[in-house]
Amino acid sequence: MYQYNDKDQTLVDERVAQFRRQTEQFLKGDISEDQYRALRLRNGLYIQTHAPMLRIAGPYGLLNSKQLRKLGHIARNYDKNYCHFTTRQNIQFNWPKLEEVPDILAELASVQMHAIQTSGNCMRNTTSDHLAGVCIDEIEDPRPYCEIIRQWTTLHPEFDYLPRKFKIAVSGALHDRAATQFHDIGLHLVKNDAGEVGFKVLVGGGLGRTPVIGQMIKPYLEKKHLLSYLEAILRIYNLFGRRDNKYKARIKILVKESGMDKFSKLVEQEWLLIRDGNELSEDRINAMKAQFVPPDYEPDAAQDTSFAQQQLDNKAFATWVKYNTADHKIPGYRAAFLSLKAPDSPPGDMTDVQLDAVADLTDKYSFGEIRVTHRQNLILADVKQADLFALWQQLDTLKLATPNIGTVTDMICCPGLDFCSLANAGSIGVAKEINEALDDMDYIHDIGDLKINMSGCMNGCAHQSVGHIGILGVDKKGAEWYQLTLGGSSENEAAIGERLGPAVAKDQVTKAITTILDVYIKQRLDDESFLDMVNRVGITPFKEQVYADN
Amino acid sequence: MQIIKDKQIIDDTWSYIADDAELKAGDISVSLIRWKQDKQQLLAHVGKLGVRIGPADSVDDIAPDLKDIQLIELDFPDFADGRLFSHAWLLRGRYDYQGEIRATGHYMPDQVFYLSRVGVNAFKPEKTEDMPIILSHLNDFTVKYQNSIN
Repeated sequence: MYQYNDKDQTLVDERVAQFRRQTEQFLKGDISEDQYRALRLRNGLYIQTHAPMLRIAGPYGLLNSKQLRKLGHIARNYDKNYCHFTTRQNIQFNWPKLEEVPDILAELASVQMHAIQTSGNCMRNTTSDHLAGVCIDEIEDPRPYCEIIRQWTTLHPEFDYLPRKFKIAVSGALHDRAATQFHDIGLHLVKNDAGEVGFKVLVGGGLGRTPVIGQMIKPYLEKKHLLSYLEAILRIYNLFGRRDNKYKARIKILVKESGMDKFSKLVEQEWLLIRDGNELSEDRINAMKAQFVPPDYEPDAAQDTSFAQQQLDNKAFATWVKYNTADHKIPGYRAAFLSLKAPDSPPGDMTDVQLDAVADLTDKYSFGEIRVTHRQNLILADVKQADLFALWQQLDTLKLATPNIGTVTDMICCPGLDFCSLANAGSIGVAKEINEALDDMDYIHDIGDLKINMSGCMNGCAHQSVGHIGILGVDKKGAEWYQLTLGGSSENEAAIGERLGPAVAKDQVTKAITTILDVYIKQRLDDESFLDMVNRVGITPFKEQVYADN
Repeated sequence: MQIIKDKQIIDDTWSYIADDAELKAGDISVSLIRWKQDKQQLLAHVGKLGVRIGPADSVDDIAPDLKDIQLIELDFPDFADGRLFSHAWLLRGRYDYQGEIRATGHYMPDQVFYLSRVGVNAFKPEKTEDMPIILSHLNDFTVKYQNSIN
């Protein structure tokens, strides 16, 4: 994991001092509301329904145990004993006091964390694959490039007042677990015909009000040109992106309105002018790679026999292993998910007690590091198979072992109307109701891979448009209604879900979901997944049943 | 009126001439439209010449004339319009412009560190009392991650 050097530390310390001064000036009335808004957003601070909300960067999802303990400390001392993990691998506190935020940021800086550019019309936290460096389908570990991009984007003087927010995701594996096709820029590490590794560059993807799948702008970019190419895209966007209408200001609209041909020509032209002399050196790349060397895996980890035996002896453990662990490139190791989707807990939330306990487990079982997934769970990436049973028992005590990763109750859910000032409808309550209706684990496992994403408004923080089932809260004359979509996906076979029909009332959402699941169970072929079935039969069979009474 | 140039407080010798006003003696700046329209007349002017550009103007349009221009004013209609940051970068980085680049209008004192990094070397404060604030904010950070102009 990347460790700050003096420069990194100085930068976050100076940023805290700057924001402390800005906040003091605002509270004295020396900075206008409008100006402070722009400044606080660039430090992760929103003003929400009940209180400010502070969003902290989880750089490409990577955290260490010390940072987890600090989050627990902040939850306990500055918030209401919990925090929330987001789809962009960030961490949110929902109840900080405005005047205490500079202190919180100083606490974070002491463990090499910050909230810089986690909101506002600027370049946001770079996201990546939660299995980076350990998965079996990886071309190259994307994290060194993520860190290079993190540094390049941080306090970039030219691109901090963009037309709209700007998000970059990097994937190094064959299976896209970073939703790169739905980012302003998506980068894939790929091999060219000569066997060299570089980047395939996608541009103009995005979710929100107008979901768009990103298009390829460069099939192969040499690594050394990474930053000059990003700079070229950002400069064209900064100069030509629309600023007259915030709903048309994302780069996806610029790409769409200019046409990909014209847009890519502009970028290419710009890039050729700045490319030479701006190369990333081999030394820089290698020095960054050295920050992400694999931990000291035990060479004989695979010789353990207890793991197989424990699965035979304990069905609950075997089920957890099946659903909540993933293959690891090193024999004898697995990656273990911590489900933040326990039936009685808001999706993605974690308490201070859990944070502290998980920090200990992180140290004990996974070399002190943990990752945030973009489905709002956590993952210990490097657990010895012989340790999994003990880990599972402890996670179970902490209510972090619900064996539902990738299943219908592993819902992505935004804070919704309960916390967010943008929301039109509640989401946490609806998620809870669906969860309560689906209380039979065998049934959930029988349904298998099914991703439900639910957002409380068009902004789509929970990526509803790419959920296998998407639920979107809308306001209808002051009442909360929900629009359903089927067939979305943010992975390799990227797709935007199709609208099922008219929105349903709040008290009908759970029934609609269970009806959809019943149609699937009845009409699926053999081991056909939900998404495959929707792609085969379309939405009609689901629609007929959901709206049968009308 | 005073401004900040190269981190010093100095007297402002420049006057901006509105599009419908008569030119006057001394150092004058005009809009890009007027520059294009009255270029020959302006080149005959005794005194230094400046051009004021806004976010929607294109730096490419003025590039061939930069040798005759001693001041480019970047006029912020709104602090959130970041195009002027790229204009400054292009003037310095692409066209090697060596004259004064001055921020005017509604930028925030909290943006001057970034502005100085993309090549802006002078600041006209919105309010006189902003002068010391701007000077101090030019030093908000002692470290940086990216190459830019400064």
